[in-house]
Amino acid sequence: MTPEAGFRLRHKHLLGIEPLESDEIRLILDTAESFLEISKRPIKKVPTLRGRTIVNLFMEPSTRTRSSFEIAQKRLSADSLNLAASSSSVSKGESLVDTARNLEAMAPDVIVLRHPAAGAPHLLSKVCRASIVNAGDGAHEHPTQALLDAFTMRQKKGRIEGLEVAIVGDLLHSRVVRSNIFLLRKLGAKVRVSGPPTLVPPGLEKLDVAVETQMDAALEGADVVMMLRVQKERMVHGAFPSLREYFHLYGLTFERLRQAKPDAIVMHPGPMNRGVEIAADVADGSTSVILEQVTNGVAVRMAVLYLLSGGAVGELAA
Amino acid sequence: MNWLLKGARVVDPAAKVDAVGDVLVKDGKIARVGGSIPPDNAKVLDLAGKIVAPGFIDMHVHLREPGREDEETMETGSAAAAAGGFTSIAVMPNTDPWNDNQGITEYIVSQAKERATVNVFPIGCISKQGKGEELAEIGDMVKSGIVAVSDDGHPVSSSHLMRMALEYTKIFDIAVIDHCEERTLSHGGVMHEGYHSTVLGLRGVPAASEDIMVARDCILAEMTGGRIHIAHLSTQRSLDLIRRAKAAGIRATCEVTPHHLALTDAAVVHSGYDTNTKMNPPLREEADRLALLTGIEDGTVDAIASDHAPHNPVEKEMEFDQAPFGILGLETAVSIALDRLLHAGRVDLHRLIALFTTGPARILNLPRGTLAIGASADITVLDLDKRVEVRVSEFRSKSRNAPYDGWQLKGAPILTLVGGRMAFDGRS
Repeated sequence: MTPEAGFRLRHKHLLGIEPLESDEIRLILDTAESFLEISKRPIKKVPTLRGRTIVNLFMEPSTRTRSSFEIAQKRLSADSLNLAASSSSVSKGESLVDTARNLEAMAPDVIVLRHPAAGAPHLLSKVCRASIVNAGDGAHEHPTQALLDAFTMRQKKGRIEGLEVAIVGDLLHSRVVRSNIFLLRKLGAKVRVSGPPTLVPPGLEKLDVAVETQMDAALEGADVVMMLRVQKERMVHGAFPSLREYFHLYGLTFERLRQAKPDAIVMHPGPMNRGVEIAADVADGSTSVILEQVTNGVAVRMAVLYLLSGGAVGELAA
Repeated sequence: MNWLLKGARVVDPAAKVDAVGDVLVKDGKIARVGGSIPPDNAKVLDLAGKIVAPGFIDMHVHLREPGREDEETMETGSAAAAAGGFTSIAVMPNTDPWNDNQGITEYIVSQAKERATVNVFPIGCISKQGKGEELAEIGDMVKSGIVAVSDDGHPVSSSHLMRMALEYTKIFDIAVIDHCEERTLSHGGVMHEGYHSTVLGLRGVPAASEDIMVARDCILAEMTGGRIHIAHLSTQRSLDLIRRAKAAGIRATCEVTPHHLALTDAAVVHSGYDTNTKMNPPLREEADRLALLTGIEDGTVDAIASDHAPHNPVEKEMEFDQAPFGILGLETAVSIALDRLLHAGRVDLHRLIALFTTGPARILNLPRGTLAIGASADITVLDLDKRVEVRVSEFRSKSRNAPYDGWQLKGAPILTLVGGRMAFDGRS
């Protein structure tokens, strides 16, 4: 199943998983395998992207994703610049388009964008020559998260096709769930989702996933259980009455996990709210692969940056 | 200047006229209609093969004056209207300051008289500053020329205030125009709530947000006997509510926009989050669009109105969440209607012209939209076969926010006379 030598991405940008073909997704995952090995060496650096300039434009707070991209860039020898801006560019008087044009004037090769508004990377891709990597845009997509999730599933289960994946939590506001649904369906996994009906967006079932109101129904026989972060402000907006009640209805406990297959793995994109969507002992338990997701994130992001910079199968510098 | 419009097919729904013949314009009035008329010093316009209709009325325009002259002015807005085939526009009061008192109404009327090339009819606020709290001095504004009241841009959230408005306006027999939106449901929404908002990760505005207010308004209109007019109606259920209200004898009318007739929420997807697909109410689903077309056919819809909403490009070139709602419409409304309604076989020419003339004239109590002898010589000439490609960069409007660039449409206005003055001549 390994792609032919010379096979490249057909896209200049990584705006989301939705526009990708399944062979492109496999290409990224396969390429990430090679980069994972680099991260295990004593000297974790290759000259692959030497001389390339990458801007990390983070207009929303992020620790995990930003540091993961930054480490990926350092290990590839790229020159990177980190810009953190207030989420509201308007309040600072400069629009996103103006910010982008100013960055563009410094000729970066890649711009990694995290932004609270869905579609912000699309706007950037219309005004910039650089490749745009979506590092999370509002409730739309978080493609590198879905890629590292898939990478981890493949690593643990040996395949994606045919896996039963349960995703539980705030489906309405989650970019992680959208990217995961697109990716998992493209690679032939089956997806069930569950969350309070107040946090289920309309038409989700049209993405060919089973929408279960009861969490146990979603977990039954699952190979993978992925929990989504619940934000406290959602409670304020009336989507559920208390974090306590949320945990009782949709929190992952070992008791609940018994519905899944005995060898099911537990995933979480982080940052976790222990005791809200996941019990602390489950998060730290032997079935949890949460920290491995973080390790794999670096390799996957190295692969994405390498491939968007024109890299192809079989050309990888050692 | 006197004009003799020669040899066109004259279609006047008000007089139930549809025949080839001449129209004579003398001293700014319609002097004679029908048959072969000798020129008698009038300048002859040879319009064989074209359609001569009463001047079109766009009853929902944001002219932006006073306050946002960077987006549109009397000059640019009226030039856009004339080029779009409109001889009259009714302008919404959400200017800066709001048109909520006689002073502002008089300012708009006097500026329009001086600088506009089409008739401008102001719509006054329902409430002071459009805040939805207390009634504005509607009587004063009526004296100065408002033709209806509306807090458009804002819904009237208080049912009590809406009741008061519907009762109070009975003194003047004017319509209350409501932008129907239940804000606790639409809060933060930027597009129609449905499958596409889910995939795009954008906050949705459910159809119910509009429907609930349309239902409330119909109930209050029945209770008070006042006149309710629903601005930019966009959903299947809202249309059905109006249909039933009319059947029950309630004084309810509605308008729809060309964009809700021609586009759906899929346009937000296909354009890759183009903010020119963001307006309020949002582009709805195909079932809604088809229902609106049925409403056009069966007479439930009274008028087509553009909801022309100019925005500064700096403000529109933004993240989808942050961009303002609204698009331009004056220069494309008639061509879209001719292409998508007439040529698509949805309506006959009579009905189409009525949607732009007698429909809005009746709602706004305007003695216009007719070619009756002695009426102001407001005339729209159409070329049903003219093929146009929309070029947003060539718009006369001061703004550029329209999703129609490159659209190929069949049928266009080619000449506009306002009170006997040539406001637009697009004959080639």
